[in-house]
Amino acid sequence: MSSSWCLAAAASPADLVAARTQMGFSLGWHIVIACFGVGMPAITVLAEWRAIRTGDGVHELLAHRWAKAMGVLFAVGAVSGTILSFEMGVLWPGLMETYGQVIGLPFTLEGFAFFIEAIFVGIYLYSWDRLSPRAHLLTGLPVCVAGVASAFFVVTANAWMNQPRGFDLDNGTLIQVSPWAAMFNPATPPQTVHMVLAAFMVTGFGMAAVYAVGLLRGRRDRYHRVGFLLPFTVAAVVTPVQIGVGDWAAKFLATNQPVKLAAIEGVRQTGTHVPLHLGGVYQDGELRYALEIPSGLSILAHWDPAALIHGLAEVPPDQRPPVNVVHWAFQVMVVIGFGLLLLGLWLLLAWWRRHREPPRSRLFWYACVLAGIAAPVAVEAGWITTEVGRQPWIVWGHLRTADAVTPVPNLSVGLAVVVVVYAVLTAATVYVLRRLARAPQEADARPEPVRP
Amino acid sequence: MTAAELLISVMWLGLTAYVLLAGADFGGGCWDLLAGGTRRGAAQRALIEESIGPVWEANHVWLIFVIVLCWTGFPGAFAAVASTMYIPLTLAALGIIARGAAFAFRKATTELVFRRAYGAAFALSSVLTPFFLGTVAGGIASGRVPPGIASGGIVRSWLNPTSLLGGALAVALAAYLAAVYLCQDARRAGSTALAEAFRRRALATAVVTGVLAACGIAILHADAPVLFHGLTGRGLPVVVVSALAGLASLVLLLLRHYLATRVTAAIAVAALLWGWAVAQYPLVLLPDLTIEAAAATPEVLRVTLVVTAVGAVLLVPSLVWLFALFQRPRSAAGERAAQHPGGR
Ligand code: HDD
Ligand code: HEM
Ligand code: HEM
Repeated sequence: MSSSWCLAAAASPADLVAARTQMGFSLGWHIVIACFGVGMPAITVLAEWRAIRTGDGVHELLAHRWAKAMGVLFAVGAVSGTILSFEMGVLWPGLMETYGQVIGLPFTLEGFAFFIEAIFVGIYLYSWDRLSPRAHLLTGLPVCVAGVASAFFVVTANAWMNQPRGFDLDNGTLIQVSPWAAMFNPATPPQTVHMVLAAFMVTGFGMAAVYAVGLLRGRRDRYHRVGFLLPFTVAAVVTPVQIGVGDWAAKFLATNQPVKLAAIEGVRQTGTHVPLHLGGVYQDGELRYALEIPSGLSILAHWDPAALIHGLAEVPPDQRPPVNVVHWAFQVMVVIGFGLLLLGLWLLLAWWRRHREPPRSRLFWYACVLAGIAAPVAVEAGWITTEVGRQPWIVWGHLRTADAVTPVPNLSVGLAVVVVVYAVLTAATVYVLRRLARAPQEADARPEPVRP
Repeated sequence: MTAAELLISVMWLGLTAYVLLAGADFGGGCWDLLAGGTRRGAAQRALIEESIGPVWEANHVWLIFVIVLCWTGFPGAFAAVASTMYIPLTLAALGIIARGAAFAFRKATTELVFRRAYGAAFALSSVLTPFFLGTVAGGIASGRVPPGIASGGIVRSWLNPTSLLGGALAVALAAYLAAVYLCQDARRAGSTALAEAFRRRALATAVVTGVLAACGIAILHADAPVLFHGLTGRGLPVVVVSALAGLASLVLLLLRHYLATRVTAAIAVAALLWGWAVAQYPLVLLPDLTIEAAAATPEVLRVTLVVTAVGAVLLVPSLVWLFALFQRPRSAAGERAAQHPGGR
């Protein structure tokens, strides 16, 4: 067994890049689908509940069709999540060998959430004709709860990577672990709340976009109106809250992970009255071509123009994340956040001025289609901010990404295969969802409306 | 029993559930592959789809559960297996993606070309995934995954006689379990012809599996002496239980007692897994990593066990309900709705 294939001493830089790309790629893929796993059950159950309460056929039809799409998305979410749990070990054995047990608790809890979710998804999707309408509605509730719970649990694990707590090391070996302290680390509250809200935004804007396309094509019937308004309202209500939570996340970084905030804002030197930068490129230790708002960052981070902001110069160069990626990812997220806020306000204004009618302008509907794409882009940008902003650490301050990666050679081959498989998977998922969206409405109508 | 032993037993229970439940789902995919042309195989495929549809996702979660318990309770062993077994685990993960997605897509698609393509992907990955997982088991059992990160041969750890045996056995067992379970499903659906078809398959795979297992003894003797001695020594009673249950299933199948066959077939397969565990006890990884040495810190073990116990209180009734709901015929109201294709 001593061929050249075994016992590679350490990963080459190219292999490290391949592993990071593969992890980021498969996570970035999973997260979009997972958002629907968190938000779609709630929105579907909402429609079903209204159908039962009012006996309204349109709501019932929507609930049926959304449930079908949910079935497809769940399957894809489950399998794309499974590959992640493999990758945690296959790509990052150095992380799991030492810290697997520290983050094991949230993942164990997540396992139970998955069970509940998968069981009740099976029941919900396949028992329209086996249970009474009320009982069927109730089987949707555990799916909603478990979806939010699994997002919560997995993000606590990521929060721990940002704020590692709950363990004692002695010469690199763990001597003591407090799993609950690790799970409820300081980064847990802002990160989990921000993520769960993001999931509802992605789902709401994403579902609404489908009907916005229909409305643009002139299908102005009640089915398309309700199909648009219900998910859009959910997402639009969440958006302002999300911006507040994002601000909380940034304030959290200012005190707990200042290096990341410095990368986000391209701040090199520690100082007071630090301005806020919009746009710009970080070159030779300064942010160029940016729009400056005097003292903006100090105010935003601490509500005080004289507040101290730590700069990148406080840590050695090999402990600084790549600034431009983080800075731009953050800008994209924030711009999208405010854009979506404006979109929601536009609808609100029209609703009030036009007496319960949505805006007539085609521009509004085009913007709604765009919002369906922009929301997941914001999520990706947010995660790039978080994950790249943590570099070079995989466990902040404790373990470097380069020391956690597997020494197995030729990781780029694995990356290439994974990318190809995901490309096919993406194409097939989009195709199937489009088929479901385009199927004639009669195909899903029940023979008679269900009454309570 | 120590906390570490308790946790590894829970993990092994999870693995048993995965093999018995998801294994059969994979087996269903194998039979889908062998069901014949589009028209000829339609009835069989419909039965398979109907049986797997509501349950496969829940069955699949057992694997995640096992993986997570492994890295929580035995992080070093997990890192060793995952890094050395980089190739088969990546392939198995891709197979899992292809299978789950293709199955869901096929259900949601109407055009024949696409249904065929998804069907083919579903069926092929149903064979390949258990095969690769089986090679991993074979590599661990024959001591080719030493402790430490990527310290085993990343090719030879899973391309060797015991691994190939493990892979073949995994596929055969999956097909066998599926055929046995489907006999009863077909009977409940009122189709004697389908029940007969799956009965023939169950009998054939029972024989194939038996022969494989018998050849396996010789392979293990030559290739995995430690496991061989464990199986013929301390593990012998469990192996005998497996063999007896296998024989009983054969007889019950001949007599067409399908429900009873389900039980004995499951016992036969489960006993094989537990025979391996008993044979290898107290080692997690050969040559010398014991359960105690591989285990996480005591607090982690304690919390994990408590959480698992509490979780089981939620999980078990839900699971029972899931299986019970789809084992009983639709309600009268359901029948009515089901006659309209848009019923769900
Ligand atoms: C629809 C999605 C969405 C929207 C509109 C926003 N975010 Fe966000 N943001 C996320 C989705 C997201 C995310 C993908 O969910 C992240 C990644 C990790 C996390 O916890 O949330 C994230 C991370 C994240 C972080 C890094 C947290 C950390 O690393 O600990 C900060 C500082 C912000 N966000 C701040 C904001 C601000 C100030 C916003 C105001 C417009 C904003 N986000 C809008
Ligand atoms: C689903 C949303 C997530 C996305 C889109 C995401 C994105 C990324 C990206 C882009 C990278 C590569 C960063 C780099 O190397 O420069 C990365 C790395 C990584 N992420 Fe995340 N991440 C997500 C959530 C999580 C969670 C919840 C965990 C763990 C519990 C996690 C664990 C990791 C690990 C282990 C790495 C590899 C090491 C590293 O590069 O730091 N990620 N992720
Ligand atoms: C922020 C990041 C993440 C969120 C919000 C999230 C959320 C979810 C949700 C809601 C599901 C249920 C299936 C679905 O809805 O489609 C799911 C599935 C899954 N996720 Fe993620 N996930 C994240 C990242 C991860 C990571 C990092 C891992 C593993 C290391 C992971 C592992 C899994 C697994 C194994 C499944 C399949 C469970 C099943 O079979 O039902 N997820 N995820």
